[in-house]
Amino acid sequence: MEYFLQQVINGLQIGFVYALIALGYTMVYGIVRLINFAHGDVFMIGAFIGLYAVERYQWPLTAVFVSAVVGCTILAVLIEQLAYRPLRHAPKIASLITAIGVSLFLEYFTSLRQVFGPNFYSFPRPFAVVSWNWHGILVTNIQAVIFFVTVFCLLLLQFIVFRTKMGRAMRAVSFDYVTAGLMGVNVNMVISFTFGLGAALAGVGGVLYGIAYPQVNTFMGFMPGLKAFTAAVLGGIGNIPGAVLGALIMGQSETMVSAYVSSAYRDGIAFVILILVLLWKPTGILGTPRTEKV
Amino acid sequence: MRLLRNLIKTFVAYAFLAGSISLLAGGGVVNPYWVQILELACIVAISAQGLNIIYGHTGLFSLGHAAFYGIGAYTAAYLMKMYGGQSQAAFLAALLAGGGAAAAVACLIGLPTLRLTSDYLGIATLGFGIIMKVVFDSADRFLPELGGARGMTGIAKMTTVPWVVFFLLASLLVVRNMIHSSYGRAILSIREDEIAAETMGIDTFQYKMVGFVTGCTFAGVAGGLYAHLYAFLHPSNFDFFKSIDILVIVVLGGLGNMSGTLVASFGWIFLLEGLRVVLPPGYVELRWVLIPVLLIVTMLLRPQGIFGTREFPFLRGKVYR
Repeated sequence: MEYFLQQVINGLQIGFVYALIALGYTMVYGIVRLINFAHGDVFMIGAFIGLYAVERYQWPLTAVFVSAVVGCTILAVLIEQLAYRPLRHAPKIASLITAIGVSLFLEYFTSLRQVFGPNFYSFPRPFAVVSWNWHGILVTNIQAVIFFVTVFCLLLLQFIVFRTKMGRAMRAVSFDYVTAGLMGVNVNMVISFTFGLGAALAGVGGVLYGIAYPQVNTFMGFMPGLKAFTAAVLGGIGNIPGAVLGALIMGQSETMVSAYVSSAYRDGIAFVILILVLLWKPTGILGTPRTEKV
Repeated sequence: MRLLRNLIKTFVAYAFLAGSISLLAGGGVVNPYWVQILELACIVAISAQGLNIIYGHTGLFSLGHAAFYGIGAYTAAYLMKMYGGQSQAAFLAALLAGGGAAAAVACLIGLPTLRLTSDYLGIATLGFGIIMKVVFDSADRFLPELGGARGMTGIAKMTTVPWVVFFLLASLLVVRNMIHSSYGRAILSIREDEIAAETMGIDTFQYKMVGFVTGCTFAGVAGGLYAHLYAFLHPSNFDFFKSIDILVIVVLGGLGNMSGTLVASFGWIFLLEGLRVVLPPGYVELRWVLIPVLLIVTMLLRPQGIFGTREFPFLRGKVYR
């Protein structure tokens, strides 16, 4: 039983990080219907900014998060304006291929020796690790930080999306961007803002990932990105609570399979669940079915 | 009469292509390395024609094409290794079995997933691709000969220029004739507007299955050829990036464009290898920095693909000739 609960805690740890990445995917998809493959690499850049801030400049934890957030936001807005905006009215697949191109570019460009380099780098712990033993279940302060930071981000996001003018504009654009534009919403700015907001969360996720699994590499964004996107689809893409739910399911299933079956099947299980869920609910657990109109 | 004339034309084209390349290679004009790259390009072109049927013509967004390529490769390689020896007839049988295995799996996967729409189908096939990668990685647990994560060795080197050219021409012939048949019309109508097609009495699900399974069969045959080209298989040859490679080729060529897919396959493979030669030593890692930039710029300038809707004369339907 203790072993099981311990695995639940470990699953929550990775699940929360997936949730932060999944939110970026789900918001961007909800607004421009684009699978932003470069998002996983924005997450990687966030981890690297965190690494530099902690190791080279030894900034305090808050400054580390802020620098990653700022860096990722700027990067994502640049990507959106240079690569995606010119293709907004082109066939959807052109943007998708461009997104894949941006993703490959970020991975390989940053792995050049002149940039970050191709090696694995260890991510120093920005604070001493403390672990509490509660009836045989170990909880570390890293997990506590991940929990509190993620919940804080989620509440902040909920506030932005549902209580601010920008959030209302985002919801309007995601519902129907042509009409939203006619009603005076600055669609371009809203889309840029959404990319930036998603990237900010990915930046936070990158730093948390670096703290929890202290090794970073320029290709580290690919698998978490893919799984986070899957999580977003699992929960119902375009749906914010759905993305979090999907990410938590993803984290749990992955951890449970590693713990009880074999870690070789870890990457596969998430997708088995995804396919099963899609067969049962083709738009995800919390997704609303959309009727096709002629 | 017309059939006979077409058959003769195809045979002459085949004899000319296969013969001239073999002669150039045999005479030492082209070095064996480049001949191997050419063979690889032909194999990739076959697989890409398959995805072109699935995505370009039928409009089914598939991100798991490499999985079917891998299924074909492992099936053919296993059969050849266990029962085939060096026989050419056995090789043909193994290739067809590879295609058959891919088709069978495509049927199983297609039955539930083809009811999903656009991006959801993409994600489901992507998931299938990742699952198959995990299966290939741990394949040695149920069949030790497959090698699992260590890779599969001991495959005979059977793939030659005549074989790849034969299958490439056959695949082009099949796609062209299929697309200009009533099946093809039905398939294209699904891509254009599924609801309208359904209204006209087309059993969309059945035709989607036809498109999907045919495309996956191509991938399976191409996989078999690939396995016997390098005589070594590794699960990483069939991961997500390989699916993306093929997708990029199909989109760059122009969706639903046979000529474009053909040219883009050769262009892509020769670009990858050519950059290895052109870039000065020490800068080879720049290859994957330049390629995405090229990809992004091409997409920004020609979002409809390099060829758009134009086709080579021999790939056009009767109506347009």
